[in-house]
Amino acid sequence: MAEKTYLQAISDGLREEMRRDKRVFLIGEDVGVYGGAFKVSLGFQEEFGPWRVIDAPLSETAIVAGCTGAAMMGMRPVAEMQFADFISCAWDHLVTVAAKQRWRAGTPVPITVRLPSGGGFSGGPFHSQNPESSFAHVPGLKCVCPATPEDAKGLLVSAIQDPNPVLYFEHKHLYRRIKAEVPDERYEVPIGKARTHREGEDISVITWGAMVYTADEAAQRLEPDDVSVEIIDLRTVMPWDKKAVLESARKTSKVLVLHEDTRTGGFGAEIAATIADEAFEDLDAPVKRIAAPDTPVPFSPALEKAFIPQVDDVFAGLKELAEY
Amino acid sequence: MAIATRAEPVGSLSEIREAGLDREDLLAIYRHMVITRGVEERGHILYRQGKIPGSFYTGRGNEAAAVGVATAMGSDDVGTPLHRDMGVHIVRGVEPWRIFAQYMGRRDGPTRGKDGNVHMADANLGLIAMVSHLPAMLPVAVGCALAFRIREEKRVALAWFGEGASARGDTHEGMNFAGVRKLPVVFICDNNQWAYSTPTHLEFATEHVADRAQAYGFDGIVVDGTDVLAVYREAKRAIEKARAGGGPTLIECLTQRMEGHAVHDDAFYVPKPMLEEWAKADPLERFRTWLRENVEFTDEEEDEINAGVKRLLNEALQRAEESPLPDPSELLDGVYASPEDLDTPHHK
Repeated sequence: MAEKTYLQAISDGLREEMRRDKRVFLIGEDVGVYGGAFKVSLGFQEEFGPWRVIDAPLSETAIVAGCTGAAMMGMRPVAEMQFADFISCAWDHLVTVAAKQRWRAGTPVPITVRLPSGGGFSGGPFHSQNPESSFAHVPGLKCVCPATPEDAKGLLVSAIQDPNPVLYFEHKHLYRRIKAEVPDERYEVPIGKARTHREGEDISVITWGAMVYTADEAAQRLEPDDVSVEIIDLRTVMPWDKKAVLESARKTSKVLVLHEDTRTGGFGAEIAATIADEAFEDLDAPVKRIAAPDTPVPFSPALEKAFIPQVDDVFAGLKELAEY
Repeated sequence: MAIATRAEPVGSLSEIREAGLDREDLLAIYRHMVITRGVEERGHILYRQGKIPGSFYTGRGNEAAAVGVATAMGSDDVGTPLHRDMGVHIVRGVEPWRIFAQYMGRRDGPTRGKDGNVHMADANLGLIAMVSHLPAMLPVAVGCALAFRIREEKRVALAWFGEGASARGDTHEGMNFAGVRKLPVVFICDNNQWAYSTPTHLEFATEHVADRAQAYGFDGIVVDGTDVLAVYREAKRAIEKARAGGGPTLIECLTQRMEGHAVHDDAFYVPKPMLEEWAKADPLERFRTWLRENVEFTDEEEDEINAGVKRLLNEALQRAEESPLPDPSELLDGVYASPEDLDTPHHK
């Protein structure tokens, strides 16, 4: 075990899979000589050569479609979108080809698309989005959203080995801010299994990605009030761990669903609806949702702070639930 | 002004022998073309009988282009044929009864009723199933070629697209990337001059789609798509060039769509003289005449081929009609792949 940043854990996970499995290659814009916009693949091209760390033209469609073709020919491609926002340019290929090919034609498409996502540093409307819910809605795709360095490595390994197209959302605001112990050996974190980030008795927070830390700070602030908050880190949004969420909801009887993506049609809506469907009798309060408002992501720090759910917002939401 | 090279028609028998075809191969090509047309004609009847749900598409007029290119492919090569390329499935060995089962939404169709018409492929035969979004499969074929290049395999990917689809960004991104990396891919443009109802002068401003190849750093060739031997020769040359590390080629097969976009479309917008003119260059008739003039193709041989194909298709229809409809319990099968699914020829 060694302490690593979230970014280092992603980099380690990818490098180890590339060393272990010759079918794995990385393709993206500026991933080679430059080492990627966030330096996840720094030094990779020296180690693996220009045909396994491929600098692509500015062509998200060709990158993702190219990965699809290569995967059908037995490779295990990893595509890096320079920012998650640019996946819109490859939407067609993910949704039309990659997601449906196994179901209709029997051809699996084992690709991993790395998506540096999320806001918090004035990236503006095109460098800050969290588009996981749009893809979670598409049958055939999987979406993972690690929050910790340990999960960042283990989920990347699982994504690469998974026989399906997996969208791997890596939160940019966690890259260098979050450090934790990461096992040195290779390991997989199962896709579809939530993690209890914090045990509690009174209120459950269901969340993922950077919001795990926002929820944790808010939960700590409630400690003096003797309110015990449980935090379920979903880790993977599709498939999502319905069982763990329902168990926690039944245990605490009060649920707050929290995400950084915008509210309407965000994945929190699916979670809230499922809890209402299946655990209504166990609830002592309405399921509460905290999410970004329905606007594009703003640039100015003053506006962005109002956009991304803050510790104060979550604290207020938890307080409200505690007093219900 | 045209930039692409215009391919000459095939002149002599010796030329075609040099390109690797003997008499037996030539008769096989003819047989494949007869099967291709036969499958689509039978399909049309099935459609009118109400046995095919949804719509029905044919590639009448494109038989030579499809069969010619597919004949030039190596056994380990792969490709992404489209809805006018039935001939590719036939040459690669897809059994007609499975195609009829596919048309009718039966369980024995290659997609087991999950998808319809020519949205099918047998991965074991090196084919990848198309989608409706054209040319979405073009950059996928480029990705296949990328895999071959990474592994340094001497295999080639064939990327089919239509002249209508040449207007989309996928075409540009795929060709640009393939050109930059000199990938072993050959682009085949089925230019049947009609994107549904839209004529070529409203689709692109160059004289030929193949004129664009130069801008991507590789060769563009326009070939008469009704001349199966010229198509074969050009495809063979391009495929072997790609195999040898020479990078991509764009081959534009010029034809005329002889029927509507799909069976519902009477193609009233296509000028009648245009159809009459192209009917004189019917690919099957043209090749039949060539065979008679050049390799002493006899009445007996022709009758034998026709009778054999008729028998094949009769049996195929019967077998397809015996195939059950998929069970609703199979609806969710395969939305997600399991690790065992990766045990295909290409995933080993």
